[in-house]
This record gives sequence, C-alpha cells and structure tokens, in this order.
Amino acid sequence: MSSAVSMSGSGVNGSPQPRAARGAPPTRRGFTSASREGRWGTRILLGVVIVWFAVLILAPIAALVWGTCDAGLGAALAALRTPTAREAFNLTIGVTIAAVLINTFFGVVLALVLARQRFGGKLLLEGLIDLPFSVSPVVAGFMFIILFGPQGWLGRWFEAGGIRVVFAVPGIVLATIFVTLPFVTRELVPVLRECGLEQEEAARTLGANGWQTFWRVTVPSVRWGLGYGITLTVARALGEFGAVLVVSGSIIGKTQTATLFIHQEFTDFHYEGAFAASLVLAVVSFCLLVAMELIQKRMQQERS
Amino acid sequence: MNRSWRRRTTDGSQLTLRGIGLGYIGLFVALPIIALGARAFAGGLPRLWENLTQPEALFSLRLTVIMAGAMILINVVMGTLTAWFLVRHRFPLRGLMNALIDLPFAIPTNVTGLMLVVLYGPQSSIGSFLSAGGVEVIYAKPGIVLALLFVTFPFVVRAVQPVLLELDRDVEEAASTLGAGRLAVFRKVILPSLLPAILTGAALSFSRALGEFGSVVMVAGNIPLRTQVAPVFVYGEIESDNPEGALGVSVVLLVGSLVVLILLNLLQRLGRRQDE
Repeated sequence: MSSAVSMSGSGVNGSPQPRAARGAPPTRRGFTSASREGRWGTRILLGVVIVWFAVLILAPIAALVWGTCDAGLGAALAALRTPTAREAFNLTIGVTIAAVLINTFFGVVLALVLARQRFGGKLLLEGLIDLPFSVSPVVAGFMFIILFGPQGWLGRWFEAGGIRVVFAVPGIVLATIFVTLPFVTRELVPVLRECGLEQEEAARTLGANGWQTFWRVTVPSVRWGLGYGITLTVARALGEFGAVLVVSGSIIGKTQTATLFIHQEFTDFHYEGAFAASLVLAVVSFCLLVAMELIQKRMQQERS
Repeated sequence: MNRSWRRRTTDGSQLTLRGIGLGYIGLFVALPIIALGARAFAGGLPRLWENLTQPEALFSLRLTVIMAGAMILINVVMGTLTAWFLVRHRFPLRGLMNALIDLPFAIPTNVTGLMLVVLYGPQSSIGSFLSAGGVEVIYAKPGIVLALLFVTFPFVVRAVQPVLLELDRDVEEAASTLGAGRLAVFRKVILPSLLPAILTGAALSFSRALGEFGSVVMVAGNIPLRTQVAPVFVYGEIESDNPEGALGVSVVLLVGSLVVLILLNLLQRLGRRQDE
C-alpha cells in the first residue's frame, strides 16, 4: 500500500510511478471468470477500457503523425531547416543543458541534506521542493516576472548591471530550472536512504576523504536513480511551454524555444512547421520514456 | 588526526551542504513565491479582493473547477478500470498500453493541444462530423475536459496499479466462497483498500488540472467568459500588459496547489496507517 501513495519515483509531472508495478504480468487468473455472465461483463468492460485508451491517447498521436505526412514530408523537413526553427531547437537544447547542470548539482546536494541530516524546518523544505510540480506553469512564469522584472527585488540589480533577465534567455533558463527542480532530489532521496551509510563509513575508515567517498562510493551506488532524475528533468525541460511562454514574451527568433516555435507557427497558420516540430518533440519524449523504462529495469535488477 | 577533529570537519561540511541546499530552494522556490505574495498584498486586501472578483476572473476560476471536476469523475472511473485490467488480465494491446500510459507526461502540453486540434478541429473530418451533429469540441468546453483527461490520464492508473498488485487475493476469494456476489466483493473488499490510492490519483489530477495551460490554451482558445480557464486568464492579463489584473487569480491558484499538496501528504499518512 505504502508504495502507491509514497511520492518516490515521480513521473514527469510528479505522479507516483510505482517501479514494482510496471510490466509485471498478472500471475494467475482471478475469480473473475467464475460465471458466464460475469465473463461477458468483464469483456464489455475490457472493451470500454481499450476503446477509451485508443480514443483518448492513441488517436491524437495518430492524428499528429497523419497530419505531418499529409502536409508532406518534404515540407516538414524544409520547415525544420529554416533558421527560426533551428535557432528554436538550439535554444531548447541549451536551456535544457543549463537546467540539467544546475538542478543536478544542487539537487544532489539537497538530496544528501534531506536523506542524511535532521534539522528544524525540514518538513517545510520538503514541501517547498514539491511545490514546482503543483504550481501552474503560468503562475510560475509570473512569479519570475515579478521577481526578476525591471522593478523586481532581484531584477533591479540585474538591470543596473545591464543584464536583461525577463523577456530574455536568462528568464527562460530560470523558469525551466523552477519547473524541473524537484526531479533529481526526489529520485535521489529514497535511493540514498536505501543504500545507507555503511559503505561510506567503511571507505572513510580505510582513509578516503569526503570527496573520494562521494565520487567512488556514493555516486556509483545511486547512479541509476540519478540517471532517472536527470532523464525526467530533460523530458520536462524540452517540453516546458507555459512558464517559458510567460517569461519570454515571445519575441520571434530571439527568445523562442521549440515549444514556443510550435505555438508561433500554429498561430501563424504555418501548419507544416508546427506539425513537424511537434512530431520531433513527441518522438524525443517517447525515446526518453523508453530510456526511463530501461533505467527502472536496471534499478530493479540491482536491487534484487 | 584525532576523532574530535574529524567530527568537527564533517559537521562543517554538513552545514555547508545544508546552506547550499537551503539557498537553492530559497532562491528558486521560496523567493519567487514570496515576491508574488508581497506584490499581491501590496495594494491591500480590498484591492486584491476587487481584483479577484472581476467577472472574468471569477468566471475563469469557476470554469477551471467545474472542468477539473468533470475530468476527475471520468478519470477516477476509467483510471481505476484501466489499472484493474492491466494488473488482473491479459489481453491484446496490454503491453502497448502499459508502455504508453506515461506518454501524456512526456509529451509537451502544447503538442497535446495541437494533436487534439488536428483530430477534432473544424478542419478535421471528425470535427466537421461532430459539429454537423451540433457538438463542438474545439474552442468549447468538451475540448477542455478532453485536454485535461489526456494530460491527467496516468495519475489514477499509476496510483491504483501497485495497490492492486499487492492486494491479498485470499480475502476476495474467501468473500466469494462465503457467497458474496462479485459486486459485493468489489464494494466491500476491493474498493476500501483502493480508496486512498484512488483519492491520491484524483488529488494529483485535480492539482494538475488547476494549473494546466498549454493544452487547454490550444484547444479552447482564450475567449473570456466562455472558454477562459484560470491559467489562461492569468496569461491573458500578463500578455495584455496588465499583470496587476492577474494577481488575484494567481494567488488563488497558488493557494489551491498548496492545499492539494497538504491533502496529498495527509492521504499518504492515511495510506501508511492502513498498511500497518
């Protein structure tokens, strides 16, 4: 039971993703096939579930693929080769790398603190970490406009130094850091707790210093959890739209990420570009999903 | 290098780590929230109240809650059923379904919106067929519910699935041996143990629906007093250079997500207690 409601193993948007549940085959047939009419009821319900899944999830994906092919693959490729499209994808990659670097570094520190230290206000801290998952991306972007805008508490200083944060690339990076902040920490804390302190203490007794212990003992034993957290961060950073839209003020080309490019193309009725870029992002997210699945398998293997 | 010296150094490095961690959360999470709060209450409570009670703002909040409610009703039933079949039955498409359940989390929200517009929009055959029958999906409320259903689909399924896996079958079998009908077994044996997980899934879905923007703005557009949900209202105000107008709704959305977060925490404890 606890695994269901525990928040460890979070999805891209903070859902609980039970590791044990996935891919495990049903072990035996239940009592459900007991009576004849029962079997029919089951079949009808199963039909409903399958149709629901097909209509809700599969049909929109199929429509996107079909829409892209319908507009012509040549046109799609041409739309992706335009300078605007290229710049948008480059910016997305750059922003993602920045968010991953910052959130991995600080996320590891924070996870070590949460897993190993006791102090007052820890509960509040844990609550704050989860907040970016539940705050609306638009409100998140708005908060950064207030804080880093020309008159904001921090924006004032940057403005005085001649650095534009909001409506520019730094703002996009900040917003992306915010929405992806919980992933690394939340994946690492349970893994760190599980692997305990014994090996690290052994390494220390054998004369390793803190740094050596961290790199040679701690990091290797949590590497899959870390990899999972980073993959989630990448997935969310690549696809973030709302927060980035608010913060960027969408100035064409200059501060456009891939999702903003899709938005722009769609509002301008350039459907080939919007479809092609959407399909690229959808395929990338699917690949990241597969990567997560593989990482989870490795984690399970190592645990058993 | 005696013992006390080493202890002191570890304490020092622990404090440094704690400082870095707190600074990180403080700068990226706490400070932005405080800044929003300070700005919202700067003009006094009556100003904020006035701001919140403008007809468009109130409408957008009400619409958000209604749409989220409709989504939850459908999602709780379909999500629990989906989890049930994934755990207890083998059927064609099961592998594919299990693999694709999380896809809505990974796909960018505005790509979701675009896909729905392509599928149900006025230019699509399904869309024109439906609108000939008098049903408008895109730029209308059904589109909003559909978008919310898509983006929240994994929550209930992924919350219920592990509980179903761990559920003790013997109790069910005992109940049915003792003559309980299938419905009775479900209601009296299975449902009570699934309830915390279902509620968790529902709360997560609700929290997501409160804040969802990308898919809804594509699907429903930005029509005040018709299809404008709260996050879209906030965006509209910022976009039209009136950020002050967005303060009230933003604060309500923020407080709403805080409340759901606390609720989830309580549910988690409830689940744990049931476990013991």
